[in-house]
Amino acid sequence: MTMIEPSAIKALKRVVGKANVLTAPEDLLCYSYDSTFAEHLPDAVVQPKTTEEVADVLRIAHGDGIPVVPRGMASGLAAASVPFSGGIALSLTRMNRILEIDEANMTATAEAGVITAHLQDAVEARGLFYPPDPSSIRQSTIGGNVACNAGGPRCLKYGITGDYVLGLKTVLADGRVLQTGGKAIKNVTGYNLTQLFVGSEGTLGVITEVLVKLISRPEHVRTALAVYEDLDDASRSVNAILSAGIVPCTLEMMDDTTIETIEEYMRLGLPVGAAALLILESDGEDQDTVDREVEAMAAIARRHGASDVRVADSESARDELWRGRRSVGPSLARRAPNKLGEDISVPRSQIPEAVRRIKQIGHKYDLPIVVFGHAGDGNLHPNILFDKRDDEQWQRVEQAVGAIFEVAVELGGTLSGEHGVGVLKQPYLEHALGPVSIEMQRRIKDAWDPNHILNPGKVFPARDGH
Amino acid sequence: MEGQAVLTPNLTEQMYKCFACLACNTICPVGIKPADLALETRHVSEQIRPRWWKRPLFHGLFPDPKRLELGMLPLRWLERLGLRRLAERVGVTRLLPTQLRDMERMLPEVPERPLRVVLPEVTPSVGELRYRVGFFLGCAQSLLFADESAATVRVLARNGCEVVSPREVRCCGMPPLGYGERDMAVEMARWNIALFEDLDVDAIITDCATCGSTLKEYGQLLADDGDWAQRAEAFATKVRDISEFLAEIPVVKPRGRVEARVTYHDPCHLVRAQGVSQQPRDLLRLIEGLEFVEMEEADWCCGSAGTQLISHHKTSVSVLDHKMDNVEVTGAQYVASGCPGCQMQLSVGVKRRGLEMQVVHPIQLLDQAYRNGDE
Repeated sequence: MTMIEPSAIKALKRVVGKANVLTAPEDLLCYSYDSTFAEHLPDAVVQPKTTEEVADVLRIAHGDGIPVVPRGMASGLAAASVPFSGGIALSLTRMNRILEIDEANMTATAEAGVITAHLQDAVEARGLFYPPDPSSIRQSTIGGNVACNAGGPRCLKYGITGDYVLGLKTVLADGRVLQTGGKAIKNVTGYNLTQLFVGSEGTLGVITEVLVKLISRPEHVRTALAVYEDLDDASRSVNAILSAGIVPCTLEMMDDTTIETIEEYMRLGLPVGAAALLILESDGEDQDTVDREVEAMAAIARRHGASDVRVADSESARDELWRGRRSVGPSLARRAPNKLGEDISVPRSQIPEAVRRIKQIGHKYDLPIVVFGHAGDGNLHPNILFDKRDDEQWQRVEQAVGAIFEVAVELGGTLSGEHGVGVLKQPYLEHALGPVSIEMQRRIKDAWDPNHILNPGKVFPARDGH
Repeated sequence: MEGQAVLTPNLTEQMYKCFACLACNTICPVGIKPADLALETRHVSEQIRPRWWKRPLFHGLFPDPKRLELGMLPLRWLERLGLRRLAERVGVTRLLPTQLRDMERMLPEVPERPLRVVLPEVTPSVGELRYRVGFFLGCAQSLLFADESAATVRVLARNGCEVVSPREVRCCGMPPLGYGERDMAVEMARWNIALFEDLDVDAIITDCATCGSTLKEYGQLLADDGDWAQRAEAFATKVRDISEFLAEIPVVKPRGRVEARVTYHDPCHLVRAQGVSQQPRDLLRLIEGLEFVEMEEADWCCGSAGTQLISHHKTSVSVLDHKMDNVEVTGAQYVASGCPGCQMQLSVGVKRRGLEMQVVHPIQLLDQAYRNGDE
């Protein structure tokens, strides 16, 4: 545990103001966790308002060797923003201004602490569209989304956060400010440092401003719900829809336990007892095309064994469906004190096999595991429910997690589709990427942050000496 | 985190910064109720570190309505002598610091006499007797908003209610609860429960959102209190907000008109604590000539939270400002809200902006419509 010298605290207060350096135990507690079960107290919470302030904070930290763990709204699911190293929890939520919406170039510039939904609302008001939509969208920040390269249901059609990042302003470990990228769409001048920071989880620099690409807002959207008595049928429907040349904006899947859990707490009228649900959505410029796509998807679903297909006929019916999907995480939290939400990705065709094996793992280790996720792109969220206070159970959880990752890799997939590595997936990283990749990535880290003060111990386990 | 937090003065202060608007309670799908935890922490803090001024204030003033009424006397004299209006006209109040000015603006014109001593204990129904109801007259309603509760009783009577309003009624308990004095709230609850038990009424009606939310929670407040648990539950199930009660009975459509544009602000203690939001709007829509305009974010807190304008002025005003932006663009002549706290706060907002707008209880507009029909 690093202690911060009183002189450093004083210096930090001079930079960001007294009210924005928190050291009271109850304040530190509030910054000791994210959306996983992991927790660790920082030594101080620092809340800068500008890039210059962030730079000054890092100069102090660099000089004194104080760890700096950047964080937005702590909605992360890999414990990437939990300050295990102690030191400074650098909260960027006060940097919450949308700096520019450039309609001519179709870009937006926002400070890192802007809530992603606020950015979306602002650009949509001008007929523009920022598609990435992690389920935490009303809570999570654009800076955090970039740092963890967040995904979401719509990414099937529109791509992930990183696909929209054109430029960044970041503060480096020693306090220098780096501007990368820009509004020019084509840019091959030098290495693509912008994309290096995407998904870097605060280990290479502190992202303070984000420049994103926008597209024009789809005017129409329609959603349908397909109910299945057999998971394989759901999976076959997904493949059939995509092979038919339809690119829906989302294709979400929920298994039986997920349906049960949501229904138990939300009472949305979901079909409890069904083996799986698909949420199918199409959007676009033209109402007829959207209608046709939804009808075609509904027909394919029926042909492939859906026992019931309902097309949402109103905006409120559609909202209900999504309210259910977005409430999966919190609803699960009612069932057990802790949940471990993974986000493995497998090739689409392997979804039924992956779900089957995950269920077997649940039986083997006697743990409730629910599975839902983005069926269209093979990104699944197996969630293990448990009680962390039970040591014996926790051991079984760890074994189950290892087994799930094993399944992902065996089926030709990967550990994390959209949550990131943080600390939770570290033990499995080398197995997934191989030693050469790990070694090269470590060298990148050493080059950018030689003293290892930026989010130390994240992504890669700390090496001797660091 | 379990077992890690220590009850420091800073932690207690954080709990007092909570406006108890309950937005967090309703949004949490896991079922955690942070606002309840804030109140709970205030109570615990008061057990460990009682604050010196609370006992004399709450134990001295609140248990006895007569003492509260006595406390209001100086203000009433100022009013009677025309000094308040004079001070405003001459501009003396402008010399006050903003916060004191806002506090002055909070207070409505104080009634000549508290309604508690004016209102008959039994008001007969107009026409056929259909219900016998109890009326719980809240402190703020009696002392500051007497006209409103007088209107409530008139409206009830017109809808076939015999209205029993016991003069020995005590404070509902919310102010002491808010300041961590739960024991005192329990005493008040017991008193009020016993009082209304003897009346044999179909429903217990209040026109104060805050009183209503507290009265409905008597069951929880006394849950571990032996015999009282059941009596409290029986009491609580009878409690209705005035708009809620009127929505349950075939309400008489007013013949008179009220030509005005009206918007409605949801009190936190009504919309979230009691789940009542449609009923007051329906009452307003019942009135011919009245143009109802929904404001944006009508169910967002106005920043009153009872006393936050005094204890946390800056935050309270910034919340109020946001609310007033939404109120102002409606262009309404009346902003209606069935909560004395909200009304005082909204009045501050109206006066700060110099708007030509009146803050009223929805029941006053309904009452006006009935009376216009009589002429």
